[in-house]
Amino acid sequence: MDGLDYSDDAVLVKALTARDANAFSYLLDRYNGSFVRVARQYVPNQAVAEEVAQETWLAVIEGIDRFELRASVKTWLFRILVNIARARGVKENRTVPFASTAELAEEPAVDPHRFRRLNPRTRGHWKRPPQPWDDPEQLVLDGETLDAIRTTIDGLPPDQRVVITMRDVLGLSAQEVCDSLEVSDSNQRVLLHRARSKVRTALERHYDQVRGS
Amino acid sequence: MSAASTYVCRQFVEDVTAYLEGALTDDLVDLIDLHLADCPHCREYLDQMRRTIAITHALDETDVESMPSEVRERLMRAFGDDRE
Repeated sequence: MDGLDYSDDAVLVKALTARDANAFSYLLDRYNGSFVRVARQYVPNQAVAEEVAQETWLAVIEGIDRFELRASVKTWLFRILVNIARARGVKENRTVPFASTAELAEEPAVDPHRFRRLNPRTRGHWKRPPQPWDDPEQLVLDGETLDAIRTTIDGLPPDQRVVITMRDVLGLSAQEVCDSLEVSDSNQRVLLHRARSKVRTALERHYDQVRGS
Repeated sequence: MSAASTYVCRQFVEDVTAYLEGALTDDLVDLIDLHLADCPHCREYLDQMRRTIAITHALDETDVESMPSEVRERLMRAFGDDRE
């Protein structure tokens, strides 16, 4: 290590433009896994997702000298990735259409039957409230729990899948996701809300089963 | 259940993401905080949403395959050669 702090964008960009191999190596370590994961949401299989990631890296190399510190490096990288993944998805007949907020159909976060409806004094309050989940530490590490989440995310509409993958799986910020995908803040939030609500419901079902067995 | 509050649980489950994202007006946040102080079920729901986020993030550690070394070498070479 030469002691440079590549997590600082200014340092990183300077090192990249000077063709510091450690800096590029740092980027590959840090982002290739994420690139493949996001690309996978746009293209039909893992092999194509890996190709998209490689193509992105080549585009990054080509674009480094033109990069200006107006956006973060991370946003810049993901924007390139999403553009390449999208184009490849189109070629492979898979597109990820983003519905505008206005177009999104009503989709309750929780089954409406779980709330009281008849008595005007209690209408809208829980009838079947959420039951406390068991010890979180133990459950996080449980492979079946992760499988339940994975299956749920795989079954989401593509736009929700992309957003929850970037926000919650990878941990990108709202701003980074909006900028990379070029969607509005409110649109991003509605998609995230729907995706998260469904994952919570899936976890609830999963824990009910664990408790019941 | 506070009689003064018109804010109900069914609304909270729709607002929870915007609440966690800090995207609501101060007035609505106040209303929600009042509701949460009164409603253990919605506090549980909020906690489950937070845990859902944390558990989803645990996926990040799974299914990551490292880049094949020949690909890595090729990219490193492309990076170094780009200037010439």
